[in-house]
Amino acid sequence: MSGLERLLATGTRPVVTGELPAVNSGGLAAVEQRLEGIAPFVDAVNATDNPAAHAHASNVAIAVAIHQLGAEPIMQIVCRDKNRLAIQADVMGAALFGVENICALTGDDVTAGDEPEARRVFDLDGPQLIKVVTGLAEGHYLSGRPIDPAPPLFVGAVENPYAPPLEHRVARALKKSNNGARFLQLQIGYHQDRLEKFVAGCVESGLTERTALLPTVCLTRSARALGFMDEHVAGISVPEESLARVSKAKDPAEESYQLTLDLARHALSLPGVSGLHITDFRHDGSVGRLVGDLGIAREAHSPSGQEKHAHGSQLAG
Amino acid sequence: MTDLLTRVEDAVKIPLWDCRTCGQCVLHSTGMTCPMTCPKTLRNGPCGGVREDGGCEVKPEMRCVWVKAEARSRTLPLLPRKWRDEINHLRPPVDNQLERTSSWRNLLTGRDRVTPVGWQGEATRADPVDWPRPSMGEFEGPFTTPFHPREA
Repeated sequence: MSGLERLLATGTRPVVTGELPAVNSGGLAAVEQRLEGIAPFVDAVNATDNPAAHAHASNVAIAVAIHQLGAEPIMQIVCRDKNRLAIQADVMGAALFGVENICALTGDDVTAGDEPEARRVFDLDGPQLIKVVTGLAEGHYLSGRPIDPAPPLFVGAVENPYAPPLEHRVARALKKSNNGARFLQLQIGYHQDRLEKFVAGCVESGLTERTALLPTVCLTRSARALGFMDEHVAGISVPEESLARVSKAKDPAEESYQLTLDLARHALSLPGVSGLHITDFRHDGSVGRLVGDLGIAREAHSPSGQEKHAHGSQLAG
Repeated sequence: MTDLLTRVEDAVKIPLWDCRTCGQCVLHSTGMTCPMTCPKTLRNGPCGGVREDGGCEVKPEMRCVWVKAEARSRTLPLLPRKWRDEINHLRPPVDNQLERTSSWRNLLTGRDRVTPVGWQGEATRADPVDWPRPSMGEFEGPFTTPFHPREA
């Protein structure tokens, strides 16, 4: 049973996940250096898969590195770059090294990245990927060929409660839950009303009884960053009042933080929410400040978490 | 190369639905909107990149195929109830061997319903109510959020 699975099943406190900034080079030391900025404050760390369709060190390599450095990895997999054979091989390969948490995404299109000439794959879609990986955890490849012993996998996915068709998002989340997703990291969002409706729909449909919801908040530094997301990241919209709140503030960086804190408090106040996913574009220690201000700093609950990470660092050293 | 049936099917479906000849037609379950016209060829619902105005992430000037499919599955006249409900079913991965073959023939022979062995079994049931918890370790669930008061 993965550490993340155990924490979510226990349900004694909100679970916090974060994301490792993309790594390109510099050996394990580069991974460790980035990990130190996030791992002490979260329960599990996402190893991204060519985020925004930009090539980086692979999701498998990063997830294995995170695990070897003593933190709990969540290996993201997008459908954009690989077919079903390659994806299954990646999961099995990562599992050999102890990676257990998988997060299945459709993925941004190739046109979102810096190599728009690339062939888009999408051999599987998000819900299909969830079912295929769940099959691996049950002890068989998609072909039916048995895997003995089955890898211990904890499968999750993502959903965007903030993008059209809004009234269909609960049904889509339900499709993912019904096919094996045990947690859903939600897209970055600024519309609290949409999150409320989505979470309420998930509770009503029974989804939250078997799938943990982790809304995402994003730490930014300026109105420009918010405006960029609003304009250039498909599926994210930032309301005018949020933009104005930050741009008109005396200290926009501090106001950005306060906005994120408000969104996080609101998300955690919704019955049916199991924790938070934090994305960080500030890289100034704000993740630690945020979990502290929310009163969900992991040290307060699990001092062993720190030790585990410290121990991992020694191994790497 | 292509046989007569395929040519007749193409002549009807390409002009009407922009058919991409995948050979395993699911139009009836997606509000008569071909999911293969989605740039990501998604067969199980919209991605997270749908724009605020309902535009496609990849082609902003185009309405998201799944925004259309979802709306049409509810509002299209004459669509049987059974088909409307199928929008939320899980459609299996595309069988790439069927590309450029007649989906009508594949429907009649049942070929379009053949899926890999690993796709079948307990977890393939479409009905959420019947779906069993996957046998993953000692996962105990249900998830609770005790940091919220129960009555909230």
